[in-house]
Amino acid sequence: MEMVNLKVNNIPVSVAPGTTVLEAARQAGVQIPTLCYLKDINEIGACRICVVEVKGARGLVTACVYPVTEGMEVFTNTKKVRDARRGNLELLLSCHDKNCLACVKSGQCEFQKLCKDYGVEDVDAFKGERIQYEIDDSAPHMIRDNNKCILCRRCAAVCRKWQDVGVIGANERGFNTNISCAFETPLGETSCVSCGQCIVACPTGALSEKDQTKEVWDALADPEKVVLVQTAPATRVTIGEAFGMPIGTNAEGKMVAALRRLGFAKVFDTNFAADLTIMEEANELVERIQNGGALPMITSCSPGWIKYCEHYFPEFIPNLSTCKSPQQMFGAVAKTWYAKQIGVDPKNIVMVSIMPCTAKKFEVGRDNESAAGVPDVDIALTTRELARMIETAGLDFTSLPDEDYDAPLGIDTGAGLIFGATGGVMEAALRTAADWLTGGNASGDALVYSDVRGTEGIKEATYTIGDLTLKVAVCSGLANAKKVLRAVKEGKADYQFIEIMACPGGCVNGGGQPFQPASVRNFVDLKALRAKALYNTDATMELRKSHENPAIKKLYEEFLEKPGSHVAHEVLHTSYVARPKY
Amino acid sequence: MSSKKAGVLFQDTPEQKQKLEEIIASHKGQPGALMPVLQQAQDVYGYLPYEVQATIAEGLDIPLEEVYGVVTFYAQFSLYPKGQYKISVCLGTACYVKGSGDIYDKLQQKLGIKGGECTPDGKFSLDACRCIGACGLAPVMTVNDEVYGKLLPDDIDDILAKYGV
Repeated sequence: MEMVNLKVNNIPVSVAPGTTVLEAARQAGVQIPTLCYLKDINEIGACRICVVEVKGARGLVTACVYPVTEGMEVFTNTKKVRDARRGNLELLLSCHDKNCLACVKSGQCEFQKLCKDYGVEDVDAFKGERIQYEIDDSAPHMIRDNNKCILCRRCAAVCRKWQDVGVIGANERGFNTNISCAFETPLGETSCVSCGQCIVACPTGALSEKDQTKEVWDALADPEKVVLVQTAPATRVTIGEAFGMPIGTNAEGKMVAALRRLGFAKVFDTNFAADLTIMEEANELVERIQNGGALPMITSCSPGWIKYCEHYFPEFIPNLSTCKSPQQMFGAVAKTWYAKQIGVDPKNIVMVSIMPCTAKKFEVGRDNESAAGVPDVDIALTTRELARMIETAGLDFTSLPDEDYDAPLGIDTGAGLIFGATGGVMEAALRTAADWLTGGNASGDALVYSDVRGTEGIKEATYTIGDLTLKVAVCSGLANAKKVLRAVKEGKADYQFIEIMACPGGCVNGGGQPFQPASVRNFVDLKALRAKALYNTDATMELRKSHENPAIKKLYEEFLEKPGSHVAHEVLHTSYVARPKY
Repeated sequence: MSSKKAGVLFQDTPEQKQKLEEIIASHKGQPGALMPVLQQAQDVYGYLPYEVQATIAEGLDIPLEEVYGVVTFYAQFSLYPKGQYKISVCLGTACYVKGSGDIYDKLQQKLGIKGGECTPDGKFSLDACRCIGACGLAPVMTVNDEVYGKLLPDDIDDILAKYGV
C-alpha cells in the first residue's frame, strides 16, 4: 500500500491513506487532546478541542476528522493552538454548572482535566445567559443533569449506534440545543433499557448512576440488619482500575478484603449463582429441545437485554429463559435457604450486590423477583459506587491483603467466573451440557470453546454433543442482538440457543464499570483486556464446571432437589412482560 | 419534568392515515428519507404531533427521538396545530423597539402557551412573525386577518375578550 508521509511537530511519520491527523500524530508519539471524539462512534469534529495548525491551511483544523495528505506539516502545540483550545474551553464553561467540588465526576472529568491542562484561569470569561435545566431523575438507574452537559453527543452516539435504542439525542437548535428524549419525556417513561453505556461515554458529570451508597452505609450501621454482599464476575477485574491498577488486573482478593472492612457480615460471590444459573438453564434448554418448547432459547442474565426484548421484541418473550439472573438467584437463595441456615428472618437481611451494571438497579425492582416474600436483592451498587465507598472509608485498596470469599455462597468455578465476558455463559453451559449428555468428564482443552470467545459482536458455532447437534449464537451490544433476532424472525437463522448481553463485550464493559477517559478508550480495547483477566483466571482454577461446584451440589441435596424441580421454579425462575416501545 | 406528548387532542381521518402510510412506503429504505417524509406528513396534517412522529419512526425503523430531534431543529416543522384564532405578533425591528416583545410575553402568559404552541382547546395558537408591512402602526399583532396596532400590554385583555377569553 502507498503510504502517506507527513511531519507532526517536525517528527516524520508514514501512515496509511485515510488516516486522520489525530491517529497519525499518535503514531508519531504525539497526543492531541479530544473531547467529543469517540473512535468509530462519534466522529463529528464538534467540540474543537483537537484543533491543530496545518501549514498552508486557512485556519485551524480538527485533527479527529481531518485526513492526512502527502507532505503535510502539522503543529499541535503552538501558541495559536493552545489559545484556541483554551478559548473553546472557556466558551463551553459559559454554559456549564461549575459546582465541581460536589460533582460525582470530579477528578475523573475529562472536561475538568482539559481546563486544568490548558490553564483556564477565569471560569467566567464569557459570562452570559444560561438555561437552567431540570434534573431528570425519573429512571431507576441514572440521573441526567443537562446543566453539566457540553453537547458532545457521545451518549447519543452509543445509545443509537451500539445499542440501537436511541432514546436520547440532540433536540432543538442553536442556544436551545439540549440532549433529551423525544417530546421531552422523562427518561424513566421511555423505552430506555438502563444499560448505562451513555454514562461511561459521558466526559463530564452530566450523566451518572443513581448513587445508593448512602442506603448501604445506613444498612451497615443498623444493628437489626444482617447485611450480605455478592460481587458479580466482572467486577473483580475492573475495580482495580478505580485505584490506578493496570486495566485487566484481577483484584478479587483485595475487593473481598475491602468489603469485609466496610462491615458486610458475609462477603459472597455472584459466581456461585452463575453456576446455579447454568444448572437451571442447561436443564431448561434440554427440556425445551426434548419437549418441543420455544426455540431458540435466549439467555436472561443481562437485565438491559431483557428490558430491550420487552420493549422492542416482545414476540421473543417466550424464547427467554425463565431463569432469574445470577444476581437475583443469589438473593433468592440467600433469603430462603441461607436465611434458614443462619436462623435470620429474611426481612432482616439486606442483600447488597456489586455489579458492573446500571440495569441491575432496574432489575431489583422487577415483579416476580421476591422468593422469600421480600425483594431478592435490596440494593444493587455499580463497581464505581463500591470504589466510592472504599475511598470514603479511607482504605488503601492496593495495599490490602488478598482474602477469600465466605463459604458456602462464595464457592465458585471458572464457569461462573467467565459469565463476565461475552460468550462466557454459552461456554459455561456447553461445559456442563457436554458432561451431562455424554456422561463424560471433560477437562483441560476440552473445556475451551474458542469459537464463542472474543469480542466480536456476533459469533456463531455448531457443536455436536452426544446425539445433539447444537447451533448457537452469541451476541453483545443490542444493535447486534437486533440483527440476530431479525434473522431468526425472518427464518434466515435456526439457532437452538442464543446468548445476548446488552453491553458490547459483555459485563466487563458494562455501564457500571469504572470510568476510562476517551483518551484510553479510543486506543485500547478495554473489553478484551478485562475479559482476558477472567479467562486467564479460569484457566488456573481447579473447578471449571458449574455442576462440580460442591456448594451447588449441597444446595440441591438440601433444598432445591434437582434442576427444574417445583421448588427450583418457585425460587429461581421468573416471568417477563411486554412493554411499550413509544 | 413534563412531556410535550399531550397537547391538543389528536384526531385523524382514515384518509390522512392512509396518505401517511403511502408517504412512508414510498420513501422507506432510501437514504435521507426522514426530511421528505416529515415535509409531506406536515402537508397532510398541518403539524407533526406525537402520533404522526411515532408512526413515521416505526415505519422508517428509526428511533422516535431522532425524528423529534429533526422536527425541533427545523423551524418549518410544527409540533402544534394552528388554532381557530391564529395570533401573530410582529417581532420585526420596528415593532420590537416599540415593545412588541412585551406584547408577546403578555400573550404567552394570558394564554398559558409558548410561541409556536396551541391552547389545549384548539382555540388559540400563537406565533412570532417578521415585518408585516405595518410599521407605522408598530407594535402590531394579527388575529386571523384582523390587524391590531399601536398596542400596549394592557390592551391585550380587551382584545382577547372579543374572542371569548
